[in-house]
Amino acid sequence: MYKRTKYLAAGDRALVMEFGNSISEEINKRIRSMGIAIERSEIEGITETVPTYRSLMIHYDPMTIGYDALLKRLMSLEEQLENIDLPSPSTYEIPTLYGGEFGPDMENVAKHNGLTEEEVIEIHTSRDYLIYMLGFTPGFPYLGGMDERIATPRLETPRTKIDAGSVGIASAQTGVYPIESPGGWQLIGRTPLKLYDPYRENPILLKAGNYIRFTRINREEYDRIRQQVEKGTYEYIIHTGKGGGQ
Amino acid sequence: MGSVKIINPGLLTLVEDSGRHGYQQYGVPVSGVMDTFSHRVSNILVGNNELEAVLEVTMIGPQIEFSDQTAIAITGGDLSPAVNGTAVPMWESLLVNKGDRLSFQGLKSGCRSYIAFSGGIKVPGVMGSKSTYTRGKIGGFKGRALKAGDMLEIGPSSEGPARLGGRKTPPEYIPGFPTTLELRVTLGPQEDYFTAEGMQTFLSGLYEVSNECDRMGYRLNGEKIRHIKSGDIISDGIAMGAVQVPGHGQPIIMLADRQTTGGYTKIANVIWADLPKIAQAKPGDKIRFAKVTVLEAQRLIHEMEDKISAVKKACASREAVSTKLLRLNIDGKSYEVKVEEMK
Repeated sequence: MYKRTKYLAAGDRALVMEFGNSISEEINKRIRSMGIAIERSEIEGITETVPTYRSLMIHYDPMTIGYDALLKRLMSLEEQLENIDLPSPSTYEIPTLYGGEFGPDMENVAKHNGLTEEEVIEIHTSRDYLIYMLGFTPGFPYLGGMDERIATPRLETPRTKIDAGSVGIASAQTGVYPIESPGGWQLIGRTPLKLYDPYRENPILLKAGNYIRFTRINREEYDRIRQQVEKGTYEYIIHTGKGGGQ
Repeated sequence: MGSVKIINPGLLTLVEDSGRHGYQQYGVPVSGVMDTFSHRVSNILVGNNELEAVLEVTMIGPQIEFSDQTAIAITGGDLSPAVNGTAVPMWESLLVNKGDRLSFQGLKSGCRSYIAFSGGIKVPGVMGSKSTYTRGKIGGFKGRALKAGDMLEIGPSSEGPARLGGRKTPPEYIPGFPTTLELRVTLGPQEDYFTAEGMQTFLSGLYEVSNECDRMGYRLNGEKIRHIKSGDIISDGIAMGAVQVPGHGQPIIMLADRQTTGGYTKIANVIWADLPKIAQAKPGDKIRFAKVTVLEAQRLIHEMEDKISAVKKACASREAVSTKLLRLNIDGKSYEVKVEEMK
């Protein structure tokens, strides 16, 4: 983390607060705090904020607030950041059916690391993963903190079509595909949840700064949850505060 | 109220409004019109809210049939619009009648035309916007570009179509679309990733719009822009008009359908007031970049808003100054007739 945050203009309608030049939980916390502080401050003219690994992009309307005035407001907000009372992050449970037809690369991942499939599942479900940012496609979470023991390089030849809900591994990263897309991740399972549904009241399930916990389910549970998700009756399991396992 | 039927969709005809704002933190691109100035003026000419959805037409125009009398306006690049085969003017309101067909005879200047319909286009909002985001298959008409046979519903006009006749954009506010353009930019956020020579190259070179140019971004070709080390950064946000320079050293201008975040260095950002120019550029057009400060760029936004206000004023001056209600008796039948005296 930088000693002094960099304030960088990104054109005439956005500015970037860059907190560091690395990926760390400490920086992510700072970004989350600043995002919440801005939300509470109700500075007129800020239209939206976009958290990423190491920065927060602030979009604003210069007809309402000019660059210099905004800069001043943000700097004074940042000075008081230590004093703000942060709500605990939430942890979303992502029920996942591992292996089989939904996890065609499970064997690869196990072999590559000299583990059994059972061990891979155990390691993958044993941690809460920090959502650093969403991007790439609507709702795609960039997660941190996967156990190196199950790290596996990407497929040499990416798949042209990966189904929505697929859970995968790419090097030391894990993630979930919110929509059908091409990709080279090693697929180890699939969740029946919809991370992204443009017609739902909250179209995107996840939010940066919160956590994900994968839980293992069997085929019957998968089908039952899927039905409930389709009907809109599924109750998402969200814990307040970061769960154990870290 | 009425509808329009798409007889032929043209190359790429999309329903777009001012964009889907507030969801970038979730990875949802903004989308929306490419040329915001032409968009807003088209709506003003037909008495709509200036952010209302319109049709954005790219290079080869559609053929459209109207089911009712309605007022429309066509702005932006000149694709030679015609009604029932007869050329019609752009940048002013036009009355069209039931059965009339709007077509486009060919590209003369610019790249994108905007067609506004009095009453707006009635499609459901997705995440607060009617804009089509084709890659995400959301918004607009069924989340896709228009096809032959599609019927678009038009909303109720705020004023009768006849009242909207004769609204014109004052000629001094109608932009030209030269094939060599200067785009003003503010530097950064990653200007310190480039060598002094690289920055010099960017600000003095002549770049050409490549064939890879769409709503997501415009790839340019020209002299290679040198980085100090590499063109990669830890992913951060991408603003509209960001000039991304990956390791290969050729700039890409990120536009309406850009992804929300990315891992390439951004040498500069095209200023808001000049974005309508790049939105109207097509393959082969030439671009030079010129540096301005953020303060200057924001002053130019105010200037652009003043132009919009002036267009609004010119259109509003057609409002009625007095209204009389007359009762006429014709062949024993009584009719009420409203007579308005226009300014």
